Amino acid sequence: MGSLSSRAAVIPDVDSIRRETGFSQACLLRLHHRFQALDRDKKGYLSRMDLQQIGALAVNPLGDRIIDSFFPDRSQRVDFSGFVRVLAHFRPIEEEDSEIRDLKKPEPLNSRMNKLRFAFQLYDLDGDGKISWQEMLQVLRLMVGVQVTEEQLESITDRTVQEADEDGDGAVSFLEFAKSLEKMNVEQKMSIRILK
Amino acid sequence: MLLLKICPALLTTQVHLFRGDLAFSAASHGPFRQSFSSQAFYSGTLEWSLFSLGDPLPYPDWCCRKGPSEGRGLFSRQRALAFPESSTMFLLLPFDSLIVNLLGISLTVLFTLLLVFIIVPAIFGVSFGIRKLYMKTLLKIFAWATLRMERGAKEKNHQLYKPYTNGIIAKDPTSLEEEIKEIRRSGSSKALDNTPEFELSDIFYFCRKGMETIMDDEVTKRFSAEELESWNLLSRTNYNFQYISLRLTVLWGLGVLIRYCFLLPLRIALAFTGISLLVVGTTVVGYLPNGRFKEFLSKHVHLMCYRICVRALTAIITYHDRENRPRNGGICVANHTSPIDVIILASDGYYAMVGQVHGGLMGVIQRAMVKACPHIWFERSEVKDRHLVAKRLTEHVRDKSKLPILIFPEGTCINNTSVMMFKKGSFEIGATVYPVAIKYDPQFGDAFWNSSKYGMVTYLLRMMTSWAIVCSVWYLPPMTREADEDAVQFANRVKSAIARQGGLVDLLWDGGLKREKVKDTFKEEQQKLYSKMIVGNHEDRSRS
Repeated sequence: MGSLSSRAAVIPDVDSIRRETGFSQACLLRLHHRFQALDRDKKGYLSRMDLQQIGALAVNPLGDRIIDSFFPDRSQRVDFSGFVRVLAHFRPIEEEDSEIRDLKKPEPLNSRMNKLRFAFQLYDLDGDGKISWQEMLQVLRLMVGVQVTEEQLESITDRTVQEADEDGDGAVSFLEFAKSLEKMNVEQKMSIRILK
Repeated sequence: MLLLKICPALLTTQVHLFRGDLAFSAASHGPFRQSFSSQAFYSGTLEWSLFSLGDPLPYPDWCCRKGPSEGRGLFSRQRALAFPESSTMFLLLPFDSLIVNLLGISLTVLFTLLLVFIIVPAIFGVSFGIRKLYMKTLLKIFAWATLRMERGAKEKNHQLYKPYTNGIIAKDPTSLEEEIKEIRRSGSSKALDNTPEFELSDIFYFCRKGMETIMDDEVTKRFSAEELESWNLLSRTNYNFQYISLRLTVLWGLGVLIRYCFLLPLRIALAFTGISLLVVGTTVVGYLPNGRFKEFLSKHVHLMCYRICVRALTAIITYHDRENRPRNGGICVANHTSPIDVIILASDGYYAMVGQVHGGLMGVIQRAMVKACPHIWFERSEVKDRHLVAKRLTEHVRDKSKLPILIFPEGTCINNTSVMMFKKGSFEIGATVYPVAIKYDPQFGDAFWNSSKYGMVTYLLRMMTSWAIVCSVWYLPPMTREADEDAVQFANRVKSAIARQGGLVDLLWDGGLKREKVKDTFKEEQQKLYSKMIVGNHEDRSRS
């Protein structure tokens, strides 16, 4: 990264990205720099392989699920705007955001609901809007690996789905998910602050 | 050495001869002109030479006249005879001799400077302190340049892009357990007891940790050049192009001129001298019979040539704690940033090198070096066989008369902000380990070799067109493996000592991550930790 001209002019569609994500110019510059560092072959987009190369992500039990969230609709590439759109979910909620909200404009990406939606889709493997019992089991298996027996895991899944499921359809919908987490400090726990 | 002395002398005599030739030919044509044809020829040649120089000169008519006539020819001959030889010669071919003169003088001066200030001190290992002065001047200029850019940015009301070496996001260093407990506490109204269970909110921890690593992780940035906080007048490190004023541009242009037109040829000449002396010197020493004289000579030839190479890179090295320098029968380990590390260490001590046999120029150098003293070169096929490597190293180390081995256990070049996992091979041998920490100051020139970005030749050219290579070398006290340690723990202990001394970050990651993916075994560690939280460990389970 010796000779970098990471100026705002180099980032394509920087104004629309700024409006959509709410990141400041400085933050976008830093993220663009990071995007270029991850894009080792200078392709202009990231593939799954580029993200899998990050050592600390590969040892994260949910690493693959997180990588999948960057590639919606079975696409194999993510460009800078897609990259930043996902990261925008983790922008800390600032005072200005919550005060004046123009109801005509779409909800900002880092709102509480959108943060919860992001976490929800990590559980919801097939993207049908419900976390089925099978999906819950699979995600739990990812998180514990081989350390826990099948029966224990099944009993944990049973209990979790029962607690969260209100309409008794055996699956957890997004609203049920949001309700069971209503007391949680989502704003703080799902935010990453980028240094200025 | 003699060659260099003769060269400029030869050159200047050549120049004199050339001028003498011209003078002689002028003389032969001048006063001894016999025929019109020769006169015509003479003035014709003069005219041609004047034209070829492209500049009309205010010479008296008789000099440039084309067509001769009797009376005037005689008159001119007389006039020509009247002038002394040197001035005729001077007048007739002024520009040619001026240029040649200048060239000759400048080359002589250059070679003398080279000899007196660089090569002779290199032989004796002394220093005039010129490089330190150079460094101080440069630092002052860099500080001014950065201030100028900051002022420019403030005037335009923008913010300068400042690279952060510690990462771009704010992180809290809490463990998995603490973090998940806190998440659960904030989410549930139940009283928190220690019964292990699973909560839907647990996923937030992994999600956030994963996103943090995507935004900024410890390893990816170690494989690219370190970013500087102030500008060092090299376009390759500038991120704020639009804030450069006219004065800065002029300064930068001057810098380019100095670096490419003055420093680069000087450095290439020195490097060439150093390498050829190494090859020739070690071959010559190799013919001597084995004995103390041969060792003495070999050591000094090696040292001298490495010192010349150090000056070829304008490397300003500060050695600390030289009493801990490696001794015979030991292994010297150091952190690896670039191939230049070898030159830096070998110019202050006499080591046996370890490496693969290469072809081309490197191969020639390797073959010559091994004649004078026993280095350890492996064939490509032998490198894969770890036992063979270990055996040869052990044999070498056991022989107390042999030199200390120089090894870089990281196995690959890291960008000098951290130290990565040491491969345990050299720590299994059981010899005394002498750790050495090398820290480069990136302000004057980044020494990191990004092998995926630049080849060797490009890298060396970049090195030679930087301002200087400034580094500090610390010799740490020797370490030996303790009874209850295995090779990996010993390697980690040495690594921490080196990291601490050099001010580098101590990472457990393998440098091989530059090219490969991480192994799945590390994921199990995280999974184990988490499982403990949701099902407890075996004792709890049996109780409940």
